[in-house]
Amino acid sequence: MNALILSAVLGVIMMFSGVMLKQKSAVRNIAITGLFLLLVVNILEMSGMSFFRINTAGMMHFDRFSLLFNCIVFFSTFVYLLLSARDIEKTGNYYAEYFTLIFFILCGVILVSSFQSLLILFLGIEIISIPLYILTGSDKKNLKSNEASLKYFLLGAFSTGLMLMGIALIYGSVGSFSTAQINMTEKPGALMIAGMILLLFSMSFKVSAAPFHFWTPDVYDGAPTVFTSFMATIVKVAAFIAFIRLFGEAFGNLQPQWQIWIALITAATLFIGNITAVFQQSVKRMLAYSSIAQAGFMLLSLYAMNADAKEGLLLYSAAYSLATIGIFAVLIKMNDYTFDGFNGLAKYQPLLAATTTIFLLSLAGIPLTAGFISKFYMLKAAVATGRHLWLVIFAVLMAAVSVYYYFRVIQAMYFKEGQPGIITTSPVFKYTLVVLAALIIILGIFPNLLLNWYYF
Amino acid sequence: MIPVLLILVPLLTGLTSFFLKNERTVRSWALFASLVTLAVSLLGLTLLKDQQYLFFQAEWMASLNSSFSVRLDGMGQILCLLNAVAFPLIFISTWRSNYPKANNFFALMLLAQAGMMGVFLAMDALLFYFFWELALIPAYFLCSQWGGPKRIQVTFKFFIYTFVGSLLMLVGILYIYFHTKDTSFDIASFYKASLTAKEQTWLFWLLFIAFAIKMPIFPFHTWQPDTYEQSPTATTMVLSGVMVKMGVFGVLRWLLPVLPDASWAWGDSVSTMAVAGMIYASLIAIRQDDLKRLVAYSSIAHIGLMCLTIFSVNNIGMQGVMIQMFNHGINIIGLWIVIELIERQFGTRKISELGGLAQKAPAMAILFVVIALANIALPLTNAFVGEFLMFTGIFTSTVTKYNIWFTVLAGLCIILAAIYTLNLIRKVFYGNTVELTVNTSDIKLNEKLALGIIVVLIFWAGIYSQPFLDVTKNVSTDVTNSILDKPEINKYLRK
Repeated sequence: MNALILSAVLGVIMMFSGVMLKQKSAVRNIAITGLFLLLVVNILEMSGMSFFRINTAGMMHFDRFSLLFNCIVFFSTFVYLLLSARDIEKTGNYYAEYFTLIFFILCGVILVSSFQSLLILFLGIEIISIPLYILTGSDKKNLKSNEASLKYFLLGAFSTGLMLMGIALIYGSVGSFSTAQINMTEKPGALMIAGMILLLFSMSFKVSAAPFHFWTPDVYDGAPTVFTSFMATIVKVAAFIAFIRLFGEAFGNLQPQWQIWIALITAATLFIGNITAVFQQSVKRMLAYSSIAQAGFMLLSLYAMNADAKEGLLLYSAAYSLATIGIFAVLIKMNDYTFDGFNGLAKYQPLLAATTTIFLLSLAGIPLTAGFISKFYMLKAAVATGRHLWLVIFAVLMAAVSVYYYFRVIQAMYFKEGQPGIITTSPVFKYTLVVLAALIIILGIFPNLLLNWYYF
Repeated sequence: MIPVLLILVPLLTGLTSFFLKNERTVRSWALFASLVTLAVSLLGLTLLKDQQYLFFQAEWMASLNSSFSVRLDGMGQILCLLNAVAFPLIFISTWRSNYPKANNFFALMLLAQAGMMGVFLAMDALLFYFFWELALIPAYFLCSQWGGPKRIQVTFKFFIYTFVGSLLMLVGILYIYFHTKDTSFDIASFYKASLTAKEQTWLFWLLFIAFAIKMPIFPFHTWQPDTYEQSPTATTMVLSGVMVKMGVFGVLRWLLPVLPDASWAWGDSVSTMAVAGMIYASLIAIRQDDLKRLVAYSSIAHIGLMCLTIFSVNNIGMQGVMIQMFNHGINIIGLWIVIELIERQFGTRKISELGGLAQKAPAMAILFVVIALANIALPLTNAFVGEFLMFTGIFTSTVTKYNIWFTVLAGLCIILAAIYTLNLIRKVFYGNTVELTVNTSDIKLNEKLALGIIVVLIFWAGIYSQPFLDVTKNVSTDVTNSILDKPEINKYLRK
């Protein structure tokens, strides 16, 4: 609750700061400090210091899972702002507004990570989506950005419609929005099942699972790269938390009904994401498909839906967000987004190349990185179910495919000759990247540093 | 203490090498580090061989029941020794080879050594997997950065191949993990896992493919000749001398004792693959004109023999495999050293373009002939001891009824090995000099030293191999008995 209120307040503060303050750097510093505060109050709440006592009528519940997840999100956003805040300002004239929208999105994230009622879920999803439509179109003079925004808006609105219909059907069948009530249904009727399927589809859209992924590459490619970074990481993992909470808490007893559906969606997502990523020529578009592929892996946690899966999803959100934010931060500095644009980067910018390599290795799931340990948890969760082992084997084969496109970047940076055009970077940027890379390795060796927070 | 040092010394010295800028400094530093590792390994073999020094356990991922537990048993001793001996030899013999960005090169070499040490020492399945992959990453960068013209594609193929294998292994490990009695990654729990025959079958293949790719066993070998050919020779030595042993080692430690029923049931299939690969690789080796490819194919044949022996499950044969792993590593590094010398001097590896080297470089010729004879397992050389034990093992195997066939076909490969090896000696070293080799200069002191050490080792292990056998005796008995002593297998054995 601390963080929810503070982030809403911060959003408003940011809005006015654009009018009051003339200096760009001041606005940026307020945003970064604000995020740091957000992280602090959230940690305080985890250790039992709640500043507000508000009766949510059982619609929200801040348990350790959601609070820890919020920590991960705030930390990722903090790193994201440290790395890319200057690039956010360059997107357009209304720089303060972008920070405002980011804080509002964080409000939505807090809602979807702690909802106990379908209404809050819906509110959260909408609070996340609407600012995103604006951010996607923030490069107003760029046709591609406009196209992406419109596409995202139309398809997003459509999927929100599906979600509302699903909620309505479920309400009709159960007579309540509360997830606990829904889960108590003894014999699910056709209404209930239909509602659940609609929710499954709309959530699959939000996490860009195949076959509901078609908007992803275009939107991620068209949006300004700084915001793609935000969308592909923090927003995506937030949608996953909503997904796992919804299906764990509201439909947990119906698992036999939906598990095979999720298994199929997982397989399709892994397949389409990985195979299509292989054929991309632009790193940005490759990352869009890679985000679909990674979503496939995260879906394994949904499929398994056990204790391992929840731990795994927390780890995965951290590992995936941090690594992807890092890669995007470097990508933004490049002039040429194709694979060839990275040729010879190691020679001219050894530090950027080395850290990017660690991020890519983490995404590919090589041991000693957080990416491996999170994939490991996902596989472990899926194997623990004891059924559908084909899915696990399929997933690791697809992980091997993913090596192909991640390593293409490494090959370009290290083994090919070229002169990469790169915008100059500040020392803070470099230090942050190094810290981020170190963090990924530390998390890869001692995942318990993160997971212990979940229990103690 | 010893196992931790074996991993930490190369790891830390490797990491520091990244920051050394001067080429000579980094070379000396790497050599020094590898000698320290060798000293530690020898200490573990001689002075500090009490169990308390050879075992280390620390908490790692307690929630998963996985710990950082490393131990030196007989097989670990011999392979760590190989690993520790190999690197000084490599560094000495390539002292004059030129590597741009030498600091990165030597750092990655040492990291690869640390990774392989971990593989040989790990007593926890998750830890084993960690090191298994970690050994691969430096090798990937070494080959793609400093290799031949086609290095990027070739190394990538190598990487994808092994990565697929190890991921399948990971699924297998996870499945076994959930079927251990105390859901633990500890090796003792793995040995006691309760798995039905059907589960064992597909787990066997999941794990075996990973190891088969690494060894490599026909038909998973296609990455190997290309990679050996394109890698810088120092890395080829690492790959063929030590890293392929990871596959053999994996089968011995993590496959046979964990899945005994399936290993026994599928033994004949694997043996057939191994024998087919041996003959196939030997025949190709005869037709090779490229020195590196020839040795690469010869290595496939030798490793095939080890695999065949392992699946004949016989105590004498196991002993042979253990000591042959060491011998093969030493011998093949010797071959690579000479090939590296030839390539550096003449800029070619084509047998058809060379000739008459012995007239101009007698020292090189003598040392090379000894090593080449060891490669075909002539008596008095180390490989003779290993191969003799292995053939005895195959011939007296009680688990298969095709033992005679396997012995005959594998024996054929010794003859084929003699053909291609002697041909190689004849064409490259004897006969008349050709235009290219008229001005050949003989080998320098450092190369003499490296090759001399190898020759001494060859004769030592060939004449007095009892110390090697003593070290590995218990392990080979354990591995063999893990299969032969099972009541459900025992009743089917040939008496």
